[in-house]
Amino acid sequence: MKEINDLNLPENIKYTEQHEWAKKDGEIIIVGINDYAQDQLGDIVFVELPDIEDSFTQGEEFGTVESVKAVSEIYIPVSGEIIEINSELEEDPELVNTSPYDKGWIVKIKPSNLSELDNLFSKSEYLNMLKG
Amino acid sequence: MENKLGISGLVFNEPFLWEKSKHGRCGISIPEQDVEQCLLPSDLTDGAPELPQLTEVDVVRHFTRLSQWNFGVDSGMYPLGSCTMKYNPKTNEVQASLPGLAYSHPLADEDVSQGTLKIMYDLEKYLCEITGMDAVTLQPAAGAHGELAGMLVIHAFHAQKGKQRSKIIIPDTAHGTNPASATLCGYKSINIKSNENGILAPETVAKVMDEDTAGIMLTNPNTLGLFEENIKAISDIVHSKGGLVYGDGANMNAIMGIVKPGHIGIDVLHLNLHKTFATPHGGGGPGAGPVAVIKELELFLPCPKIKKKDNNTYSLIDNSPNSIGRMITFYGHFNVMVKAYSYILTMGAKGLKKVSQLAVLNANYIKESLKHIFYLPYDIPCMHECVFTDKNQEKYNITTLDMAKRLMDYGFHPPTIYFPLVVHGALMIEPTETESKETIDEFIKALKEIAGEAQNNPEILYSAPHISKVSRLDEVTAARKPCLRG
Amino acid sequence: MRYLSHTTSDIEKMLKKTGNSSLDDLFKTIPEKLLLKKDLDLPEPLTEWDLNQHMDELSLSMAFSPKQKIFIGAGSYNHYIPACVSYLLSRSEFSTAYTPYQPEISQGTLQGIYEFQTMITELLGTDIATASHYDCGTALSEALLIALRKKKKIKKVAVSSLVHPHHRQIINTYFKPLGYEIIEIPFNQDGTTDFSYLEKIDDIAGFALQSPNFFGCIENLKAAKAAANLKNAFLITSFTEALAYGILKKPGKLGADIVAGEGQSLGISQSFGGPGLGILSSMKKYIRDLPGRYVGKTKDKQGRNGFVLTLSTREQHIRREKANSNICSNNGLNAMTACMYMACAGKIGIKKIAQLNHDKAVFFKKELEKIDFTIPFQAPFFNEFVVKVSDEFKKKRENLKSKGIIAGLDLEKYYPLLKNHYLFCATEVCSRKDIENLVKEVK
Repeated sequence: MKEINDLNLPENIKYTEQHEWAKKDGEIIIVGINDYAQDQLGDIVFVELPDIEDSFTQGEEFGTVESVKAVSEIYIPVSGEIIEINSELEEDPELVNTSPYDKGWIVKIKPSNLSELDNLFSKSEYLNMLKG
Repeated sequence: MENKLGISGLVFNEPFLWEKSKHGRCGISIPEQDVEQCLLPSDLTDGAPELPQLTEVDVVRHFTRLSQWNFGVDSGMYPLGSCTMKYNPKTNEVQASLPGLAYSHPLADEDVSQGTLKIMYDLEKYLCEITGMDAVTLQPAAGAHGELAGMLVIHAFHAQKGKQRSKIIIPDTAHGTNPASATLCGYKSINIKSNENGILAPETVAKVMDEDTAGIMLTNPNTLGLFEENIKAISDIVHSKGGLVYGDGANMNAIMGIVKPGHIGIDVLHLNLHKTFATPHGGGGPGAGPVAVIKELELFLPCPKIKKKDNNTYSLIDNSPNSIGRMITFYGHFNVMVKAYSYILTMGAKGLKKVSQLAVLNANYIKESLKHIFYLPYDIPCMHECVFTDKNQEKYNITTLDMAKRLMDYGFHPPTIYFPLVVHGALMIEPTETESKETIDEFIKALKEIAGEAQNNPEILYSAPHISKVSRLDEVTAARKPCLRG
Repeated sequence: MRYLSHTTSDIEKMLKKTGNSSLDDLFKTIPEKLLLKKDLDLPEPLTEWDLNQHMDELSLSMAFSPKQKIFIGAGSYNHYIPACVSYLLSRSEFSTAYTPYQPEISQGTLQGIYEFQTMITELLGTDIATASHYDCGTALSEALLIALRKKKKIKKVAVSSLVHPHHRQIINTYFKPLGYEIIEIPFNQDGTTDFSYLEKIDDIAGFALQSPNFFGCIENLKAAKAAANLKNAFLITSFTEALAYGILKKPGKLGADIVAGEGQSLGISQSFGGPGLGILSSMKKYIRDLPGRYVGKTKDKQGRNGFVLTLSTREQHIRREKANSNICSNNGLNAMTACMYMACAGKIGIKKIAQLNHDKAVFFKKELEKIDFTIPFQAPFFNEFVVKVSDEFKKKRENLKSKGIIAGLDLEKYYPLLKNHYLFCATEVCSRKDIENLVKEVK
């Protein structure tokens, strides 16, 4: 597993305590799990996706990510409605491992309250949290 | 190690059944057509299913070859912690296949089914005596099914009291089936931690036990192989709040004739006949998971119940208004019950006590012999199993999995690994009472050598096992792209 | 004791190593007051000779096939078990192994179960099958729970009243604490389920029916599918007589979403009703919803084919309270037995045996009609059928037991309105003479 200093954590996105990331892209928010989470889980074999139009409030579980021997719940970083899911993950769940911030994105949300983004961690805040 | 137990012998590649199939072959004897053929309406029927077409010889050779790729208790020591892989006596198999038992119909009239009913009645009685409980149901098909039956009894008890409860306490050392069974009854699991000695402290239980908690599920001896010595105090706390104590009896093998669960505050207990009572595991079942309860809970046991009548005959009682209902289509895994019954009759009281004593002796012997080499998280006397970890091998980048796989090369089945979850990198060894000192010494020697290899030749562990039919398998692809049929 | 190998000196040496002076010492972590002070009160141990004698006596007190002629099915069927199946099963590499958690040394069990899964999908026209469940009743209960999990907000299911009565009782047991409601669908005059009744009910997650049903009649699964579709409900079909699918249309092809069944007929001894073989099978989209184990094909490090237990994140040992089910041990050895049986019978054998079962049952029915017994339900049946008898039959049936004949199952206990109705079964092991003999006796 990677050392904390070796983690790939882009500057321009927000992080949650449960290791999801959220990126503002115009009016929508793109969500995935970060490099730390994919590294800890190891080879991801399945991503359970929500349905389009499902709504979640910040911090609510919206799916799961599975490796061979573990299952992790994933939590929505900001409240809103699911407008798109990454259906490529159904065939190629390993994209979450190989490209966590790009091809391995999980859902896109229409946020109901953009200011919730401010509750999330910046890269440096997240790193501090990890180092405890 | 010179002359290692495990060597590679001649095994065969064997294709799938359907790859051996040839049109026109059939491997079964078809009875004579002594009545007129009568076809069903064609809208109901279809072509025959595409099963392989083989002769009897093909089938026998196929499965004989497959069997040679397997490791069973009859092949060698199988120290799988918590699973109690003891020797399965052969006379039990003979008894279970007696024609009157194996070819009896479950719905034949009671007066022509007295033999099977007597076996079940007596087995219930023996299990009551061994556990110190008051009544037993034999219906549950496996340990987890027994847990469900037991939790349903607890659920019915609280329902009858007029107020259902919503939670159940489960220690972090529990088998995964415990929380899963509780969920099936609608109970939310409240997880509690064991103390620094690997057992539960009464204060921990007192903190969470309240009048909305149905009770506690605990395993004693627990999955660290330790006796929960505070059991009486814990059960008093649970009882004082109106809760019940569920005992997971998976580890009963350690305490037969030593302690009766019914005497130490347990209200509901399931047993695994395929562990404690020496019935074979069958490559994953069928097992049997009878449930024993105290007098107060007898009325909730599943239906039908077996009753002995005044004239010494047996009958099945169906009408029991408080019963949780039926757990299985007929009476449970009768064929497995016969084996357990035959085992108890062969062993007797002294024999069963000896079983527990030697199971505990063997585990402690292994613990003492290996504790200087493998990290022992709880260095206190254990019951029938002991739990090491890979902490001492971490510096060589060797994990529990590597050592487990390497054990196969030495001719042993690996212990249970990565369970209980509370111990990181657990290696859980349960030798059982039926292994001889020579075999156990050989096993200890093998593990010592593997520890040496971990230090000097880690490569040989990473790539282990070397002499099995296949090497380590790609579980990631198996799960990513499931292929479940040919 | 012949299963315990330690000599006195072994015990002494081992005690010494553990720092104990006696076997009792080993239990010093157990508080003194909890220790048992006297021996268990169990019968004196028996020698193998004495045990044989005792068990023989019990065995001989029973009515059993083929010594007796038992004309009952109702979920447990007397079919011929080929000698080679019993023989292969005694390979202790299969029977004395644990669940194949260490695949490298469990390939025999794993390939066998993979072949079982494959043949079950052939038999039922489905995409996938699990490595087994306990029996049909428990598998059916789990199947209904799947439907309820998938249709989150709905708390109700519909179950045909012609599903085996015991299976319906199990469903009740499983559902009670979770508060789910079961609506029983009545049956038509021809002995099949009344699908029109479904129109009257709303909000059901699933509709379960058995075919051949408890009366032996073959249900119209296509119509059942249409009825279930109208309610947007899962169609769950079950069966207790697996051999029927040697000739019947396959439920998976007729639209069943999940099939739950009993595989006892596939080479497994009746053994007073257990263990049976629970079959759970479905279309591919429910692959992650079925509870229990799967065997999957993969490759080893050298690229050779091999098998592992897979998709285990659905199971209790990983998901704990969030698992699909609490099932752990299944009935693996019986799945292996069924695999051996299906391999022996093959495409040709299974069809012939299935047809023969039907032929014998039809002959039986016709013979009974000749002596003025009535057949109340006219729908086509496989190898079981209901007969309405006269008041005197009960007494005749009682007397026949001493002649080694068990003439059918009284249905009144299960369907109180069906007084003097008996369920009869004939399989390939009943000869024409057996049937004629019975008919002569009850005339």
